[in-house]
Formats: sequence, structure tokens, C-alpha cells
Amino acid sequence: MGLQGSFMSNVDLTIKIAGEAGQGLQAIGGLLSRLFARKGYHVFANQVVQSRVRGGHNWFAIRIADHPVHSPSLKTDILVALDTESSCHLKELGKDSIVIFDSRQAAFPAGAGRMLDVPMAELASKAGGNKLMVNTVAASLVLGLLNFDSGEFFAFLVQSFGKKDKETGETNVKVARAGYDFARKLTPAVKTTDVSRPAGKPKMLVGGSEAVALGALTAGCQFISAYPMSPSTGIMTYLASKAELCHIVVEQSEDEVASINMAVGASFAGVRAMTASSGGGFALMIEGLSLAGMVETPIVVVLAQRPAPATGLPTRTAQEDLLFAIHAGHGEFPRVVMAPADIEGCFYATARAFNLADKYRIPVIILTDQLLADSFAAIDALHPEKIRIQRYLMAEGELGQAKDYKSFLLTPSGVSPRALPGNPYCFVAADSDEHDEYGRITEDLDEMRPRMVEKRNRKMKGLLRELKGPSWYGPRNAKEVLVGWGSTYGALKEAVDALQADGVSVALAHFEDLWPMDKRHFDFLKKVRLAVVAENNFTGQLANLITRTTGVVMDRRISKYNGLPFTAREVVDAYKDLRKKGGRR
Amino acid sequence: MRPEDLGNFETAWCPGCGNFGILDALKDALVKLDIDMHKTVFVSGIGQAAKEPQYLNCNFFNGLHGRAIPAATGIKLANKDLHVIVTSGDGDIYGEGGNHFIHAIRRNIDITVIVHDNQIYGLTKGQASPTSDLGFVTKVQPHGVINEPVHPLAMAIALGAGFVARSFSGDKAHLSSMIQQAVAFKGFSLVDVLQPCVTFNKKNNFAWYKHRIQPLPQDYDAHNKALAFEKALQWGDAIPVGVIYRDGRPAYEDACGLMAEKSILSQGPDPSKLTQILQEFF
Repeated sequence: MGLQGSFMSNVDLTIKIAGEAGQGLQAIGGLLSRLFARKGYHVFANQVVQSRVRGGHNWFAIRIADHPVHSPSLKTDILVALDTESSCHLKELGKDSIVIFDSRQAAFPAGAGRMLDVPMAELASKAGGNKLMVNTVAASLVLGLLNFDSGEFFAFLVQSFGKKDKETGETNVKVARAGYDFARKLTPAVKTTDVSRPAGKPKMLVGGSEAVALGALTAGCQFISAYPMSPSTGIMTYLASKAELCHIVVEQSEDEVASINMAVGASFAGVRAMTASSGGGFALMIEGLSLAGMVETPIVVVLAQRPAPATGLPTRTAQEDLLFAIHAGHGEFPRVVMAPADIEGCFYATARAFNLADKYRIPVIILTDQLLADSFAAIDALHPEKIRIQRYLMAEGELGQAKDYKSFLLTPSGVSPRALPGNPYCFVAADSDEHDEYGRITEDLDEMRPRMVEKRNRKMKGLLRELKGPSWYGPRNAKEVLVGWGSTYGALKEAVDALQADGVSVALAHFEDLWPMDKRHFDFLKKVRLAVVAENNFTGQLANLITRTTGVVMDRRISKYNGLPFTAREVVDAYKDLRKKGGRR
Repeated sequence: MRPEDLGNFETAWCPGCGNFGILDALKDALVKLDIDMHKTVFVSGIGQAAKEPQYLNCNFFNGLHGRAIPAATGIKLANKDLHVIVTSGDGDIYGEGGNHFIHAIRRNIDITVIVHDNQIYGLTKGQASPTSDLGFVTKVQPHGVINEPVHPLAMAIALGAGFVARSFSGDKAHLSSMIQQAVAFKGFSLVDVLQPCVTFNKKNNFAWYKHRIQPLPQDYDAHNKALAFEKALQWGDAIPVGVIYRDGRPAYEDACGLMAEKSILSQGPDPSKLTQILQEFF
């Protein structure tokens, strides 16, 4: 099923829960995703929602496979249609697809697949459940059709609903049993994939925002100030749930200007600090970003991209802020910009961002987007033990020795030893004005100003050595290359698989580290006859950046900017189209 | 601590500037409080007033225009063991940073905000400030200010500030006392300091303030909110100075269980909890 149908795999199934906001799509989707991850399946779940609290048409798509999947599929195998508008998904159905709906609640037109009109509301109420438990019925129908182990399912319900209230847990199981049994009676006639056997060891199910937050906790972050803005809010929300346990201050600021200034202040005082927003909020932070550059105070900023300009499409996805992040801030100062490729990458990138920020006393920007932020993936394990917290602070002994401490000591690397205010030995100063080595205001244009400009920008040399080139997927000697960055990784990787299966000698060069950019990381361009850059934006921001860095014109591009992520199929089709038009550069 | 420990720096202020009096009184207050300067951080924004920390031997964070308060908030939340004192001007705190002023009071962060209020923008050479009087003429407001001035004390009281005081740069003893009380106060404290700008504010000069300031009566009840509003709004021929309002409510650091015992910095992170947390995702 799905794109992967042509490869060596047995299970690659997309379940889509579609309906209005407020109908509990996320509850059903989350439940199913978690169960399949526990069963050892690979899961990629993403949400497509409108910017509203109730109504509209939203969906939660879960792709389940027995091989790694990192992107949504174009095809839907099981559609749970909770409203009439869900008929917009009919075009995604194949002849084996199944549609579950309840005509008593919402009329639904006939489509390509097999239509199962199930009295979901009635099943729920007959089993003693309330209206909300239609969600449980929907989930249990899907699981029954797929022959998912009912014991495991019911045990999970008791565990998740019974935590607060035993009765709710029990009622949910009753309702689930009704739905499950109903589906099992259908299965001799309705053939589906059988998922009764585990696909591997239990996996974690982690969301993108959670992965960033977990990375921050692993790195010892103790301060986040942020203003709610989709799709970044999940980071602050998750951290708030662990505030006491992990000693982290979560402060909802009055605006993004306050967010970043608070975070810089907290970092100056000595704790690892971060903030998070989307493009509009990040725009407000930029003076503060420049401040962090000037006072050489480490800070991590997550920019969860969404389509813009201005308010744009608040709940959709885009990669429109790459050049913005690289150039944000008045004046010249070094920063790092990185864009994790997947949810696992969000965890490690965030942890690494804190170490880089401390090592170089700079701001580090992590670019995610709505696709990453609102998606969930099954992951074997995250390894906090792989992260070593390195603070690069002066030790107590060094401080005692340093009678004449200079916060901005001129050094060959550009990085000055860092002390924290509050120590009994020396004063620590920071000034947003141009300053001398002590951090006091200066207008010495002959000496101090040029020395300080050079010092700050000298850090770029060290940073260039730190940053990674693209990851390479596919044959080393591929004749063609697809180039991408950030969240498109999953779709591009699958597209490369599909193109190779069709006999195209193509590999994927995918960038996580985007700034500073090193010319040497582009040697691969000399070895291929065709390079195509795929991005979720109109102007080709990575393509432009590559041209600027290497002088190579990257005019073969695949762009998508309607607010939805790439699917592998779209990339394959666009790629083949480009080749047909004569791919030679 | 001796006054000379605080240093003697060459300043960028105009001769006769009210800032000198404020710096003098601040030094006096710090000495009298016998404050541990290593456990104190001064935070300022931008403007002539915001340069004050540069002229002290101290820890300081001289941040962006208008953003002293959020930076101070971050510092205090990270390490509540530090005394955090903001010194900046009326344009910085009430204008550019107005939103932060509002919300810092709501949070009741235990910081002291000393506003050098000269009713004018000095460093940008003489434009109206949020506290400029109605009708005040500048090159940018040639027909006189028509915007109602901000009433910072009344605003602070309305928002629930626990310590609201006004003083005058020309009265060192009074100002020093206000600063001492403000720093000792647990919670957000505001000291609005009337101060002449000798170069650009020819109206509200030293004599103008000197003749108008009026200490609060001995039996003044600073806990009476209605009375405090009245005093806070009083302006013109007689301007009350002193602790106009005083109230007790828990400071953020106490209300937030997270740091009730120890500062966040001294608690340190606890990544060992990660193994336990990650189990929740299976």
C-alpha cells in the first residue's frame, strides 16, 4: 500500500482521521499512533489543521510501516470520516481503501473504497459512554479491522484514562470493546492488513515540539521565556509540565521582545536559556538577537516556521525563513543556524545547540517548522547519555586567580573566558554599546572598536570547523543529486528510493547545519551532472545560499509553497519532469 | 563597604545634570545598606540615565533601549540571590519599555526600578517623553504636547506594585532613603526620581522641582490605596514625595514554588531525570 508498495515491505498503511476541530481527532490519532509505536511499528503522524478552535476541516494522518517512514503519504488506506467535508479525501482512496463513517451523524458520499457506515455514536451510548467516546469507538473500529491485539488495546486504555479516574477508564474499555467486536465481525468480508504480530521492539512516540523540549532538558536548559505562537507553543507547554522535576523556569512573556531579553538576562546570570517562536515573533526578537551577539551571551532560539508574510497561514508549514534567520539582526555578529531533519534530529540538534552557544558565546537558531513541530514519530530510543553538557565557564580556581577579569578579553579565537555575576572575586559587565574588554562603553574608534569587531567575527573561523556538511543518502557515485534541508528529509529520502527503483542514479544531499556555510561541503556538486534543490518555499532560499557560497547556479528547483509538506510522490513526479526538460546544468 | 569602593568614574553627563545627584544618593544608599556588591547586578537600557551603572564598580548589564526590565527579570529568575537594580530613564522605562513595566509589576519580580524622570529625551536631543507636561514645546512638538502624560505612580499602584515612591535628585538624603527602602522591599519596587535636564528641559528645571516637592505628612498612611492614588496623581504646584504606596503580596520568587527554597542557578539542571521522563513516551 502507498508509495512503498513497490518495495520490499509488507506494511505501509495510512490511517486518516478527518473531521472538525474539537471532535477529538488528535485524541484518536494520538492513541492509535502510540499503540502502533508500542507494537514496534514505525510511525509518522502529522496533523493538518485550520487556524480555529472549533469547526472547519482538519485531519490527523498516521502512517504505519514495518520500515522507517518520515513523511506523509498521498494515499489513504483507512479514512475515519467524522464530518461530511471529509469527502475531500475521497481522491486519496484506492479500491482497497476503507471509509468508516456514521451516516446518522454526518452524511457521506460514496467513494472509491469500501464504505463502512457504522453507528458509532449509538455504539458509544449503548456501551454506557458519553458522546465524547465516539473517539474511542473510532479508534477501536480501526484496531478491530486491523486485528490489533485487543488485550493490549484495553490495557492501554485503562492505563491512560484510568490514571485520574477509574470509572472513565472502565467505561472507555466497555465502549472500545463494543467498537472492536463490531469491527471484528466485519473482517471476514472486509480484508485488511493484519497487525496482530509485533513489528519489533516497543518504540517511543515523540512529537517534534517534545523532541526539542527533551533536547533542551538533556542539555540542562533551565529557562525558557516565550509568547504563545503556533507552531512553536508546544515546546513551552511540554517544558512547563517538567518545570519542577527538571528545575526549569517557564515564563510566558508579555511579548517576544521580552522573551528574548529575559532569556539573554537569564543566560547572563548563568543558566542555559532559550526562547521559541514562529516567524512573526522571531521578527520581534531580532534586536535582542543582535544584543546576544554584542554582549556575547549564549542563547538558543527556536524558530518554528510557518507560511508568511505577516500572519500568513498560522497552522501550516513552510521553509521560508532560512535566509531571514541567517541575516536576522542589525550589525555583524556570528551565529549558528541549524535545521534538524526529523524528530529524532530535533532532540540532538537542540542539545548540540546549547553546547555550541556556550562554547562560542553566541546565539544559535534552530529552524523547525509546523511539519516537524506537530508531527509524531516512533523512535527506537533517544540517548541522553550521548549528550555531554559543556558550559565553558571559568572554574572557581581560575576566578580566584583572575584579579583583573575582562568579560571581553581579546583572544585569538575570539571567545573570551566566561565568568558569572555573583561570584565573590570579580565583577562581570555586559554592554549593548560598543565596549572595551571589561564591557564598559567606549568610543575608541582607532583601537577598541575595530579590535572588538574583529574579535566577535573571528568566531566564524572556529564555527566553520564545527559545522557538518550534508548527510548523503544513496550511492556515493550517483550521477544526480537531490539537495534539501530541514524537515523535507523524509519525503526526499523516500523520493530518492523511488527514483532509484525506477533506474535513476540519484542520491540525496541533505543539510542540517546551514550557517555558517562552508564552500568545501559542496564538492559533491562537481561530481554530478544534475543537482536539484527541493524546498518548501517560492524563491529557493537554500539554492540562493549555495550559489552565493559556491558560485554554482542552482536553477533546477522543486518548490512547494501552498502550506503543505512535500510527499515523496510529488517530489518524484517533479523530479522526473525536470529531467524530461533536460536536466543538464 | 566604603563609598570609594564604588569607584570614581569620568561621566558623559552634562555639568549640572540631575544624574549626578542620583548617582550620589545611590552610592550613599548602597553604603548604608552595606550591600554585597558582588551579589548585586545593575541593569539599564539606553539613554543618559542608563549609563549610571558604567560609573560604579559593579556587575552590570547595560542592555537595549526599553528592555532593561525583561533583562533584569531574566537575571532575577535565574539567580534570585542577586539584588537586581534597574536604573534607566523615563523614555526607556515608561515609553519604549512600557509593556515590560506593566508586566513586571504584575509578576511582582523582586527588583528595584529607579527611573530618572526628567520629562524629556536627552540623548536624542530634546523630544517629549511620556511624562512631559501638556503644552510642553519641543522641536518635534512645536505646538506643545497634546498627549496626556503617563502617571507612572498611579499606573504602578493600579497594577499592584507593592512599593511606589517618588523623590528628587536634589535631595540626596531623601532619595537615598527611598532607594534603601526600595532595595530592602521584597517585591517590585519603583522609585520615580524627578530630575532636571539642564540642557533640554528649560521648564522643569531645578528650581521648578525644588519649589514644588512636598514631603508626605508624618501620619501619612502608605497602605491606603485610595489616598495613594490621590497622591500619585497630584502634580503641579505641589508634588508629593516619599513612599506613596506600600503593600504586601508575595514576590514572584516566593509564589513560584520552583525557586521558593533555592535559586534556579544553585539548584542546577537535573538531566538524570531524563531516563525517567523518556519512559513516559513508550
